[in-house]
Amino acid sequence: MMPAGTAPPGIATPEAGATVSAEAPVPAIALEGVTKRFGTLTVLDDLTLAIPPGTCCCVLGRSGTGKSVLLKHIIGLMQPDAGRVLVEGRDLATLDRRELSATRLRMGFLFQNAALFDSITVGENVAFPMRRHTDLAEHEILDRARAKLGAVGLADAFDKMPGSLSGGMRKRAGLARALALDAAILLVDEPSAGLDPVTAGEIDDLLAGLKTDHKTTLVVVTHNIPSARMLGDELVFLHQGRVLARGDVEALEASDDELVRAFMASAGATG
Amino acid sequence: MTDAAPHRVARGLSLVGDFAIFCGRAALDLVRPPYEGRETFRQVVELGWRSVPLIGTSGLAVGIVLSLHTRATLERFGAEALVAPGLGVALVRETGPLIAALLLAGRMGAGIAAEVAAMKVTEQVDALEATAVDSFRFLVATRVLAAVIALPLLTTLMNFGGIVGGWLAELALTGTPLTTYLERAFSLVDFTLYISSVLKTAVFGFLIAATGAFQGLTTTGGTEGVGRAATRSVVMASVLVIAVNVVLVRLIFVLFPELQ
Ligand SMILES: Nc1ncnc2c1ncn2[C@@H]1O[C@H](COP(=O)(O)OP(=O)(O)O)[C@@H](O)[C@H]1O
Ligand SMILES: [Mg+2]
Repeated sequence: MMPAGTAPPGIATPEAGATVSAEAPVPAIALEGVTKRFGTLTVLDDLTLAIPPGTCCCVLGRSGTGKSVLLKHIIGLMQPDAGRVLVEGRDLATLDRRELSATRLRMGFLFQNAALFDSITVGENVAFPMRRHTDLAEHEILDRARAKLGAVGLADAFDKMPGSLSGGMRKRAGLARALALDAAILLVDEPSAGLDPVTAGEIDDLLAGLKTDHKTTLVVVTHNIPSARMLGDELVFLHQGRVLARGDVEALEASDDELVRAFMASAGATG
Repeated sequence: MTDAAPHRVARGLSLVGDFAIFCGRAALDLVRPPYEGRETFRQVVELGWRSVPLIGTSGLAVGIVLSLHTRATLERFGAEALVAPGLGVALVRETGPLIAALLLAGRMGAGIAAEVAAMKVTEQVDALEATAVDSFRFLVATRVLAAVIALPLLTTLMNFGGIVGGWLAELALTGTPLTTYLERAFSLVDFTLYISSVLKTAVFGFLIAATGAFQGLTTTGGTEGVGRAATRSVVMASVLVIAVNVVLVRLIFVLFPELQ
C-alpha cells in the first residue's frame, strides 16, 4: 500500500483552495444525504456513508429497513429522491447511458433472490457477463465460468437449469455470476441466507480472500454476525432509513441502543 | 364515484402516451446499432418457428371450412368455377393475415408478456441492467424484430395452409388435381396484392410484440402480475390488430389504387 501521507501517482493534485487531503483517497462508494421514498414510506432518510476502496462494509438491520434498496442505489437501479450516490468519485446521476454501463462494469452484484436468468443454464448465467463484455474465446469463457462455479462449490451445477436448484444453490450461482468479471467492487445481498453454516463459512472465506488478494471493495448485507465479524472493516446498522450505529463489532456490541445490542446478541447466537 | 370517469380517461390517455413512447423507442432500437443478433435469432425460433404447428393446422382448417361455405353459396348461382379463385383472394387479402395475426396476438403476445413480466418480478430485468446490458434493447427490440420477421412468414404459411385445405375439400367433392386447383386459386392473386397484404402483417408483428413487452415490463406485483400482463397483452394486441387493420386497408388502397 501507499506510505501514509503520499498521494498515489496519477491522482490529480488538488486545485488551490480545495480541501482534498492526500490521506483520504476517493471513496469507492459514497452516499451523500441519500433519501428514498416509496409513496409515503421513507425507506432511506438522509443517509450518508463512505466506503474506502479495498475495505468491507457490512450492512445490518431488520428486514424491510432498506438494505436491498441501499445496494440498488449504489449500482444505479434506483435513483435517490434527494442526495447523491458516487462510485469511485463519479456521481451516478450525471452519467449518460454509456458511462453508467462502464461504471456498472466496475461492480458485481448479487441480488437477494439471486435473480438468475432462468431460461439459460447455470453455467451460461455465469458466462453471460463475459460473453457480453469481454473478447475472451469460447473455451476461455467456459473455463472461467467453471472456475467461478467451482469457487462457490457448484462445479456440478454447470449444465443445470436455475429452476432445479435449491435456494442456497441459486444464491451461490448468483454470486458466481457476480464474480464473473472480477469487478473491483462487489455488492452482495445476504450471501449466506439459506446456506448451512459450513457452506456459509466457505462463502465468507471466499469473500475475505477477494478482499485480501484482489483488494476488492465489498458491501455485504448480512444477518450473519459471524460473517460480519470476520469480513467487516465497518459495520453499519440501519434502522428506519437511518444509521442507528456504526463501527466495528465491539462498537456495535457496546452500543447504547438496545435494538443493536439485541440484534448482535441474537444473530450471533444462531450463526 | 363522480370523478371515476375522468380519472379513467386520464389513465387511459397516459397509457396510450406511454405505449406510443415505448413503440417509438422500440422502432428506433430496430434501426440503431448495436444489434442483438444472437438473441434476435433465438426469438425468431422461439416466437416464429414454434408457432408453425398452430398456424399450419389453423390454416388448413380455415381453408377447408371457407371452401365448403363458398362452394355451398356459389353452387346456387352455378358458379362453382369461382370456388378456388374466391378462396385464394379471400385468404390472401384479408382472412389469412387477420386470422394469423389474431392467433399470434394470443400465442406470441401472451408468451412475450408472461416471460418478460416473470423476468421483471424476479428482478432478472434488473440483473441485466446490473450487468451493464441495455434491458430494453435486449428484451424488447429483439422480440419486436423477431415478430416483424416472423409474421409475414407465418401469414404466408397460413395462406398456403388455407389453400391446401381448400384443395382437400374440393378433392373430396370433385377430385380436382392439386396443380389445377393451385392455378385457379392464384388466378386472381397478383404480386402487388400478395406483397401488400403480407407486408401489412409486419406491422401487426410489431404491435403484438411491442404490446407484450410493454405489458410485461410495466407489470407490478408478484406472480399474479404475470397472469395479468399476459391477459392484458392479448386483449390489447387483438384490439390493436383489428383497429390498425382498418387503417392499413385504407392506406393500401391509396398506395395501390389498382387493388380496389
Ligand atoms: N420497488 C419498490 N417499490 C415500493 N416499495 C419498495 C420497493 N422496493 C422496496 N420497497 C420497500 O422498501 C422497504 C425496504 O425494502 P428492502 O430494501 O428490500 O428491505 P431489506 O432491508 O429487508 O432489504 C420495504 O418496506 C419495501 O416494501
Ligand atoms: Mg433485502
